[in-house]
Amino acid sequence: MTERPLPAITPETRHFWEGACSGELRLQKCTACAHVYFPPRPFCPKCASRDVSVVRASGRASLYSYVIHHRAVPGFTPPYSIAVVQLEEGPRMMTNIVEVAQTPEALQLDMPLEVVFEPMSEEISLPLFRPARTAA
Amino acid sequence: MKPGDIAIVGAAETTELGVIPGMSQIQLHADCALNAMRDAGLKLSDIDGIACAGEVPTNVAHYLGLVPKWVDGTAVGGCSFMLHVRHATAAISAGLCKTVLITHGESGKSRIGSLPRSIPPATLQGQFEAPFGVMGPPTMFTIPVLRYLKTYGVTQEQLAMVAVVQREWAAKNPRAMMKEPISVSDVLSSRMIAYPFRLFMCCLVTDGGGALILTSADRAKDFPQKPVYILGTGESVESPMISQMEDFTSSRAFRVAGEQAFESSGIQHADVDHLMIYDAFAHLPIYGLEDLGFVGRGEGAAFIAERNTAPGGKLPLNTNGGGLSYTHTGMYGMFALQETVRQVRGTAPAQVKDVQVAVCHGVGGMFSASGTIVMADRRN
Repeated sequence: MTERPLPAITPETRHFWEGACSGELRLQKCTACAHVYFPPRPFCPKCASRDVSVVRASGRASLYSYVIHHRAVPGFTPPYSIAVVQLEEGPRMMTNIVEVAQTPEALQLDMPLEVVFEPMSEEISLPLFRPARTAA
Repeated sequence: MKPGDIAIVGAAETTELGVIPGMSQIQLHADCALNAMRDAGLKLSDIDGIACAGEVPTNVAHYLGLVPKWVDGTAVGGCSFMLHVRHATAAISAGLCKTVLITHGESGKSRIGSLPRSIPPATLQGQFEAPFGVMGPPTMFTIPVLRYLKTYGVTQEQLAMVAVVQREWAAKNPRAMMKEPISVSDVLSSRMIAYPFRLFMCCLVTDGGGALILTSADRAKDFPQKPVYILGTGESVESPMISQMEDFTSSRAFRVAGEQAFESSGIQHADVDHLMIYDAFAHLPIYGLEDLGFVGRGEGAAFIAERNTAPGGKLPLNTNGGGLSYTHTGMYGMFALQETVRQVRGTAPAQVKDVQVAVCHGVGGMFSASGTIVMADRRN
């Protein structure tokens, strides 16, 4: 089985992928308007301020929407979920839901989730999500 | 520029449609362009503007032998042609050119002379979506739908009805690829692609193309075909990443484009006799009906399931059979425009009676872009 496609890091996203390798889910926060956002960019997409900082997210999220893909894709064994999760801090991100049956019955919208990092290479760990084990 | 100042005077699809292994992508552009020129009674030297997507305009202009003074290569996916129509109306009104040719050609099925499909790994999609097992539109365009179904209590049976109704339209169209009647249970027992989407809820993959020719309405009466007037237009973009779509139950790009089109045309929803909504997947007509304001939020699926858009219904929708049953080369928007032109001319295979005002609404990417065109059989 060939591997799944991996990100090529850019200067603007390096903090995110370095964080993932060290087990941190990193978002960005605007100092001017307090907007927390994703994906990474060195300015606020809400107010255009360049005064932004990197913040560590809790890793807690809920299942916002998903599909269960039934066809073969390099690096995946079907059926597998492709999901969008709602992070506690506000932004949404794409991911896979793991450590749970890949069925509509097991994957209920709004179920609480927590991040786990799957090491893929020296530079890349992917943020995946599993059903929450600790109360929010 | 006023509503109706610009008209479509030539429109044609490729000679063949569906599976065309004997033609490369650039020739599909040329084949429909030559057909549209014949339809309009024009020579190459009469055309001084070119717009296309999929191929850069340079390729198409050179291949055809055109000498354009105005060029538009806007490529935002399957609705690019709606944006070309909008841009062409502005360009002709501004005097930048007189007669614009818009072409689409795509070897989506046979993949002859087509460009490779891949997501560059350093883009935001490459970094934050591609690693999670997405493989083309069936795994991305579909992701918002469970949220929509839960929010409004819509059922998979209602979603399936979109495909059932469009197949009824396709059955009336000899050029439609799929004409066999289907039932809700046929849809719900077809092969699972990406839950909750089954095969019959997903568009076809075909080869083909289409071309339009636009010019000033003042000249339009001199052409052999009944002119189809552009009353209003709208366009917008949102995000290239489905995961970053603002609202999973409604498309911002649809709302922005639709509102501009209605405002600039001055029409009301009750004026609309015929509607096309780009249907790459079964949920798109539902989102389109709601985001264009034909029904309230959460009401689109029931509106279709209750047969309002079916043959004999009060708002005929996707009367060629749509991307689900007619054809879908990859960038289907051109075929939606072609059907709108046929309906306004009165020459469609499944002709709706007395179409005076028609709306044609397109999507690009995965809810990434949108274009809306209002056409009419008279200038105002």
